[in-house]
Parts: sequence; C-alpha cells; structure tokens
Amino acid sequence: MHLQWVVHPRAAAPVEEEGADMKETIISVNHLVKIYKMGDLEVHALRGIKLDIYKSDFVAIMGKSGSGKSTFMNIAGCLDVPTKGDYMLDGVDVGKLNKDQLAHLRNKKIGFVFQSFNLLSRTSALENVELPLMYNSKITSKEMKERSINALEEVGLASRSHHFPSQLSGGEQQRVAIARALVNNPVVILADEPTGNLDTRTSVEVMSIFQKLNTQGITVIIVTHEPDIAAYTNRNVTFRDGRIQKDLTVEKPRNAAAELLTMPVLSEEDTI
Amino acid sequence: MKLRNQLKAALRSLGKNKMRTFLTMLGIIIGVASVIAMLAIGQGSKESIQKQIANLGTNLLTVFPSASMTGGVRMEAGSSVKLTMDDYKAVSSRCPAVLYSTPTVRTSGQLIAGGQNWRTTVWGVYPDYFNIRNLDIDKGAAFTLNDDRTATKVCVIGQTVNKYLFGEGQDPTGKIIRINKIPFQVIGLIATKGQNAWGQDQDDIVIAPFNTVQVRMMTVAYIQSIMLSATSEKMIPEATDEVTQVLKERHRLGPSEDPDFSIRSQADISSAATATSSILTALLASIASISLLVGGIGIMNIMLVSVTERTREIGIRMGVGARGRDVLLQFLIEALMISLIGGLLGVGLGIVASGVIASIMSWPVTITIQSIVLSFMFSTVIGIFFGWYPARKAASLNPIDALRYE
Repeated sequence: MHLQWVVHPRAAAPVEEEGADMKETIISVNHLVKIYKMGDLEVHALRGIKLDIYKSDFVAIMGKSGSGKSTFMNIAGCLDVPTKGDYMLDGVDVGKLNKDQLAHLRNKKIGFVFQSFNLLSRTSALENVELPLMYNSKITSKEMKERSINALEEVGLASRSHHFPSQLSGGEQQRVAIARALVNNPVVILADEPTGNLDTRTSVEVMSIFQKLNTQGITVIIVTHEPDIAAYTNRNVTFRDGRIQKDLTVEKPRNAAAELLTMPVLSEEDTI
Repeated sequence: MKLRNQLKAALRSLGKNKMRTFLTMLGIIIGVASVIAMLAIGQGSKESIQKQIANLGTNLLTVFPSASMTGGVRMEAGSSVKLTMDDYKAVSSRCPAVLYSTPTVRTSGQLIAGGQNWRTTVWGVYPDYFNIRNLDIDKGAAFTLNDDRTATKVCVIGQTVNKYLFGEGQDPTGKIIRINKIPFQVIGLIATKGQNAWGQDQDDIVIAPFNTVQVRMMTVAYIQSIMLSATSEKMIPEATDEVTQVLKERHRLGPSEDPDFSIRSQADISSAATATSSILTALLASIASISLLVGGIGIMNIMLVSVTERTREIGIRMGVGARGRDVLLQFLIEALMISLIGGLLGVGLGIVASGVIASIMSWPVTITIQSIVLSFMFSTVIGIFFGWYPARKAASLNPIDALRYE
C-alpha cells in the first residue's frame, strides 16, 4: 500500500499516554478518492487518503494549489461526496447520504470559515451569526438570539452585533464568520485559508481565537499554505498530488495570544 | 427554516432593491387593476342592458303579421294586413298563459299645443299596455277601457313630448293638444323611462285609446300587432305556443305549415344582448390579463437576475445547512410576495380606476367581489408559476460552485 510510509505519530501517541482511554475520532477517512470529470478528461484530485482526526485536534492542512487540500476540505465539510472511499464524520457514514441529509449534517456538525469571510451583506453581524440556526427548526427565536450573542461574545464582538459587514474591518468580519461557525455547536470547525485576506496582526488575532476555541475542546481544521500560520496549530498535514505527504505533530505550537501582547499596533504614522 | 423567518428574509431582500421591486410589482399592479377595471366596465354595461330590457317588460311578447310577398318582392314585416280584432279577441280569451294583452295601432302625428309643435309616434292601445310595458303615470291618470269603447279623444304623453310642447316639469294634464288637427285632451303624464337598449327615447310617445286612434285617426279596420305579457318569465314559451296554436287555427293553417305571423319575445332580445355583453366582457378581461401575464414574465426576469446576483448568498446559506427546498421556498416566497403585494395594490388601483372611468366617461361600472377575487387569485398563480423556474434554478445550485462564484 502506497500510504504505508506516511508517519502517523498522533495515531499511536494517545494510546501510550492515556492507555485504554482512547481519543474520540471525529473525522475518519479511508482510501478517499475524488475524480472530477471534465469532458473526457479525468482529474484525480484525491488519490487515496487515509486520515483520522480526533476530538480537540487543531490541524493545519497544507500543500500547494492542486495538491487536493481544497477537495479534501469540501468533502470533509460535506459539501461534496467522494468518488470512492469511506468518510465517517462523528459516527455518520457520509458517503451514503443524499443532498438534503448532507445539508442537515452541515447544519448540525460543521462550522465553516472562509478566506473571503462570506458574510451576507446588508445583514447585521448578529443576523449573520443566527443564519445556521435559522435552518434548525427546533430552535426558538429567543434561544437563537441568546446563542448568537454568546457566540459573538466568544469572539469579542458582542458590542458590534448590530453593525453591518461593510462597517466592520476584515479581522472583525472574520471573527463574525467564526462566531457563525461556532453558533450551532459543531463537532468540527473547518476554515479555508482563514487568514488569507488579513494582515499579520489580524491573522494572529484570528489564530488566537482558534487557539482559544481549541483549548475549550473544539476540533479545528484549517487550510493554509503559510507555515507561520500552521505553526499555531498542533498538527500539520501536508498534501501533495492528491496524497498525504507528511503528518507531523507540532512539538511547541506558537501562542497567538501571548505574541499579540508583544506586537506593536501599527498606526497611520508607521506608513512610510 | 420557519415560515416567519422566511417571510422576514423575503421582505428584507425585497427591501434592499426598493426601486427594482416596485417596478417589478408595477407590472402586476397594472395587470390586476386593468383586469378589475375591464370586468367592472363589462359587468356594468351588462347590468345596465339587463335593467333596460327588464324596464321594457321581460315577459313581453309581440305578435306581428309576417312580411307579405307580392311577386317575389318581400315587404317589411307587418306590411300585410293579417291580424284582426277577432284574432286579438281569440288570443286574449283562449290563452291561459297570457296575463295582459292589447291590440296596437300606431301612426305618426304632428302635435300642436299653443305655439309649439312636435312630431312623434301615437300609439293606440288598451289600458293593459301600461302593465305590459311597466309604464307608471307621473301626473294625472291613464285612460280606461270605457274611454276606448267610446273612442274618447284623450291621451297620455311622455316626458319628451311634454318638454317640447309645454316645457320641462310642467303639468300637462287637462291641456288640449291637436294631433293631426284632431284635438285631444291630455289626461296623464308618463314617468321618465329613459332610453331603451337601442338608444331609442322611450319618453317620446303619445298613447291614446285603441279605438280612438284606429277609427278617428287612421280610419282602418286592422290591427298592427298584438302585445301581450306572459304570466311569468318562465311561461313565455308556453304563452308563445298557445298564441301560435290559436292564431294558426284561426288562419286555417295546418300544424306543419309556416305561420303567417311571428312572435318576438323580450327574453330573446334580452339573452342576445346579455350574451353580447358577456362576450365583450370576456374579451376586455382577456386583453387585460395579457398585461398581467407580461407582469408575470417581469417577475420571472427579475427573479432570474436576482438568483444570479445572489449566487454567493445561496452558497453561504447552503453551506450553513439550507436544503434545496429551503432555498426554493425562499425565492418562491419572494416572487409570491411581489405578486401578492402587487395584487393588493392592483385591486386598490383597479377600484380607483373604475371609479374614475365611471365619473369621467360616465359609463356604467360595477365592481364585483368575484372579479376582485378572480384577479387577485390570478396574480397569485402567476407569482407561483413565474417564480418557480428561478427558484428551482437557485435550489439546484451546487454549494461549492455557488460559494466560489464571483
């Protein structure tokens, strides 16, 4: 098997550290293959992926464009289905689900954060955060509001809940997006290049929020091609040509919150 | 997604493009308003025609002698002299389905009173005529059968005649008018009847006892027609059959032979006129509903633009868990809302427009509840019909493509 050389340090580690008390697997993919058909041409985006992600993992998926990392994220996020292979998300066999069931799963178990924020314009921050709960018929509007305000508090934006996206800075918009990903208590937050459109300081701010959420036990997976950003996570998985090239534990992750304190706040005077 | 949230979201997204929403709505508003106005005009004219015909007496039957034919040249109906007083007597005594009846003769007469003169038709009839034609006496009284027997020179005149001879609003009773140089005493004034369905002035008339006109004015022995009324509207066919039988027998015609007279009923004319105005109404309404249809196409157009513009929004919604049917419903509700609000405003505008038409053009206009319900429902159906395709398009978007859409 061509995947046998891949190092899985984390797969074995918990057994050694915690004995029989094994970590709960949130995402488990096996022999995952995705082939796009473009006319007669077949594009092999994923060529057999085996990956387990555990509860409270903070994973960075890395790789060049075309390595298959986005395809993996789409499948992991239940936006797409694999051509072959198994995908278990929190005990649910995703491969067997239809479109509506996938939508339901996205609503219940997944929170998305995008590179370009993807907030609804002319809709307040609070209402943007409420959006996933709108599609959950079991939640009352009172509960919806409470949970959304809590989520905004979590990202430190409770005071700006009635601002529109156009009135918020890029970092603030991304924090609203994180609150939106958070509001339905997902088992995993998937972030696709969450710092791609942000400057350094704001990127660190966003990473500090992810780190904070991760310490609370939330599983976070981010896609990034910046090693600096990946250094804030606990585990780096590198994709190459549709296969996993490396899967390494980060021995000493950087602490975003601590770095933020030492970082100078750039003002207009610093512009040369 | 809960319906209340759906409605709120639809209202908000419509509110984001107020001008566009209003213009889209305008198509429906104008469509619904014109359907309502056209139906109101149609219904109004239909009712006014029906009213006028009922005014003539709906149970009215008129028996004419058939057209004579001399050497292949057909003459006007009633030109031959084939109805006699004996015919009339037979009809009035032997037809149980006939309630009122009168023989009639008419001639035109030059009327002179004081310095004024006027030319009009003078009818010679029995007093039953007033019942058959639903004529009311405004001032004075009608003549009696006794006046007829003695061929008294009295007459009853219509409002138009009164206006030209004595002046509008004057009481003509007791005054003398000379008809073709014969002096008549006016004993009654007929209440205003207005125009009939053919635009004829029903107040331009002088009515005198049958014998007086037949013997003193025309000096003839025949009668021109027999007017009668059936006991009820339902009895009109029955009365027609009875009269046909009696007259055929009297004219020695076999049951298979064509009668030498014809019977016209007011109901025939009434139903023909009603059918005509119904066709006219349908025509007007269908032309108006074309504009409603065009309004619907406007909705579809704008919704398609909206779906394209909001591809990203659709992607986001699907990303956070909206199912296809949630998105479908969202866009369908928006389309429906445009057509419903447009429909409501259209109903208002239609009522106003009908009122304006009624007051400016002085056309008879009747707005019915049915026309409002019909056009409102039609606009709703149009909203669903033309909203469906764009909504379907939105719902079938692939979330990944929609999220990447720039």
